[in-house]
Amino acid sequence: MAFEGLADRLQNTIQKIKGKGKVTEQDVKEMTREVRLALLEADVNFKVVKDFIKKVKERAVGQEVMESLTPGQQVIKVVKEELTELMGGDESKIAVADKPPTVIMMVGLQGAGKTTTTGKLANLLRKKYNRKPLLVAADVYRPAAIDQLETLGKQLDMPVYSEGTDANPVDIANKAMERAKEEHLDYVIIDTAGRLHVDNELMDELIQIKQNVNPDEVFLVVDSMTGQDAVNVAESFNEQLDISGVVLTKLDGDTRGGAALSIKAVTEKPIKFAGMGEKLDELEVFHPERMASRILGMGDVLSLIEKAQENVDEKRAKELEEKMRSASFTLDDFLEQMGQVKNMGPLDELIDMIPGANKMKGLKNVDFDDKQISHVEAIIQSMTAKERQDPSVINASRRKRIARGSGRSVSEVNRLLKQFEEMKKMMKQMTNSQQGKKGKKGKKSKGFNFPFM
Amino acid sequence: MSFLKKLKDKFQATDNQEEVSDKYKDGLSKTRKSFSEKINDLVARYRKVDEDFFEDLEEVLIAADVGVTTVMELIEELEMEVKRQNIKDTNEVKQVISEKLVEIYQGDNDESEDSSLNMQQDDLTVILFVGVNGVGKTTTIGKLAHQLKSEGKEVLLTAGDTFRAGAIEQLNEWGKRVGVDVIKHNEGSDPAAVIYDGIQAAKSRNADVLLCDTAGRLQNKVNLMNELAKVKRVIEREVPNAPHEVLLVLDATTGQNALSQAKTFSEATDVSGIVLTKLDGTAKGGIVLAIRNELGTPVKLVGLGEKVTDLQTFDPHAFVYGLFADLLEEEE
Ligand SMILES: Nc1nc2c(ncn2[C@@H]2O[C@H](COP(=O)(O)OP(=O)(O)O)[C@@H](O)[C@H]2O)c(=O)[nH]1
Ligand SMILES: Nc1nc2c(ncn2[C@@H]2O[C@H](COP(=O)(O)OP(=O)(O)O)[C@@H](O)[C@H]2O)c(=O)[nH]1
Ligand SMILES: [Mg+2]
Ligand SMILES: [Mg+2]
Repeated sequence: MAFEGLADRLQNTIQKIKGKGKVTEQDVKEMTREVRLALLEADVNFKVVKDFIKKVKERAVGQEVMESLTPGQQVIKVVKEELTELMGGDESKIAVADKPPTVIMMVGLQGAGKTTTTGKLANLLRKKYNRKPLLVAADVYRPAAIDQLETLGKQLDMPVYSEGTDANPVDIANKAMERAKEEHLDYVIIDTAGRLHVDNELMDELIQIKQNVNPDEVFLVVDSMTGQDAVNVAESFNEQLDISGVVLTKLDGDTRGGAALSIKAVTEKPIKFAGMGEKLDELEVFHPERMASRILGMGDVLSLIEKAQENVDEKRAKELEEKMRSASFTLDDFLEQMGQVKNMGPLDELIDMIPGANKMKGLKNVDFDDKQISHVEAIIQSMTAKERQDPSVINASRRKRIARGSGRSVSEVNRLLKQFEEMKKMMKQMTNSQQGKKGKKGKKSKGFNFPFM
Repeated sequence: MSFLKKLKDKFQATDNQEEVSDKYKDGLSKTRKSFSEKINDLVARYRKVDEDFFEDLEEVLIAADVGVTTVMELIEELEMEVKRQNIKDTNEVKQVISEKLVEIYQGDNDESEDSSLNMQQDDLTVILFVGVNGVGKTTTIGKLAHQLKSEGKEVLLTAGDTFRAGAIEQLNEWGKRVGVDVIKHNEGSDPAAVIYDGIQAAKSRNADVLLCDTAGRLQNKVNLMNELAKVKRVIEREVPNAPHEVLLVLDATTGQNALSQAKTFSEATDVSGIVLTKLDGTAKGGIVLAIRNELGTPVKLVGLGEKVTDLQTFDPHAFVYGLFADLLEEEE
């Protein structure tokens, strides 16, 4: 399996330790080795991983882990804490110049998402801060880059400054500043052409623009799918332009996003925003802690909880949580949750946030649309009360009957039952690890009440 | 004859090797340096082939985005090989490393398997481009159109990205630049319908090649992947045996996610080859080794810049030559 989360990775070691009374240094070493692999699989740069592991090891060899009853969970906890610390706090503020206009420069490699993010930032500035931005088309190299920004300007109904492709980007930026002042626009967002960090000539152009317009923010836009090279890119852009922050794009994908950690480690600049889609309102505040979970393959638990809380009956959820813990969760409960899940929005998005979901082949391959849910509902509704309580009684002939009753195929019935079993297994694992995180047994882990789990 | 020599000979037997060689060496110079320098460093630092040596080697490979699983497998095999041949000197192990890397790429496949595109002799060839956002699909189409046109082919482009702002204009601009026509609809229209029109136009004009652009999409978006499968079905229905190539465009900067891209796009559209773009940067694109290893998908083209001529047919020997040029020169 290519992408295992940290929890999965630690399973083996944890199993081994379980019977033993004490954790040895060798055990810790094995665990940190798994941590290392998990981070590397998540695309965190190997040098960053090295430093990181050193820190974790120091803490882990100490009492914290070795004397704990749940060393595996303790390691996860230590890793998560260190990771969150490294990632820094929430810092999504955008500078405001003493004297308007405030100038933002967008820089980065080709195709990272600069132009799209320019539109998104402008949208955010108007919507949230009631500002009037001017978009500046300073990419004169990529074919139709200006058209692209102008189209975004039209969609947003916002002014775009452009001079065609023959003009010099430095001049364009300068004149745009004048235009903004004349028209009392209070933000200027300069969309520059993508370039390689090793392209001296083009990097020089950015330095010149910077010297001319004296920006309040220089945002480095980075594709969250970037691999080991992220450190080179970030380091180089930062050295040459002293960036003020980072925007991580395409986080709506299924990448672990270890680049985030690499970038933060080498630049020490805050990651401020996350691009979550192609549309102009799909820019979110960057949450370091969620990113830490994601990198570790523990799913974006917090986001999921937030979404879930908006739609779920608290009391009922608590009951379900109890059931999950005692593993008495039944297909009836599942059916009920389906209903709640339906109200929560695009399912494939939700699924991606569930820890371990990427491991559950069945889940991953299902086309999660509402139609699918009604199929699942139909299947469960065709079961007898007894079958719903105890699916183990469902033999081949019962499967056939259920399939006929629901109008679905036997293989769909099989798949559902298999998924349900896997889900139960996962629940148990999750609730256990959540307890471990809290450090105290029995204490109710707050918020662990999202449906579907 | 040593493996590296063999590699070099093979490489020099290819056509226009000079030009290709320069391109690769230029484009990959940073890649090449850091990679082979590191291996050389390693060899210099360790006189003995021991555990620490392998640990460091592991890092060199990880740094090239080869991917944890592939690297672990490789290291394991190397350790076995070193034991088997009773190699103690790190200099000797260098040889084995290169051999294994090439082996990973070539696998059991016949070495001479060529990475050229499946072009129809007398009939229309349809090539579909797929991939995530911003990897270089449209740019590659522009470059390939230029290449095919200069070979005397009648080329037509079709603007299947009806979603991203300015995407149609971008392809249109490439069409103008290269001097080929572009079949397009308005932004927001059905991509399958544009592709359908592109096919009809290509048929009625007796074009040789139709290059189909599509919108970038992240592979976890089920609906968008379904949309892409539909586009492919339209092509299948309208032209027998088409699409003749489904090229997945991958950005060399991408890390482990590229493997997931390759898997999911293959499931949806039966990818026949890979275009590895942006190799002119410092990223190494090592993930194609893992992809090749796991899925068998060959790299067919590489992008080495933004200019119309910055596209090369993938030549595994040249690629490996590029990666190991320093080692080769040293051997002499
Ligand atoms: N899914 C997704 N796509 C994005 C995001 N940000 C940008 N894109 C897409 O990435 C591609 C490149 O974006 P663009 O803004 O043109 O990049 P630039 O070359 O840096 O200006 C386009 O297809 C965008 O729609 C994001 O957050 N999520
Ligand atoms: N340096 C470099 N840039 C490239 C290469 N291929 C494409 N690009 C750039 O990457 C960006 C995205 O390319 P585009 O073709 O629009 O990507 P698409 O969204 O997949 O169609 C553009 O700025 C291109 O100029 C390449 O091989 N090298
Ligand atoms: Mg742009
Ligand atoms: Mg495109």
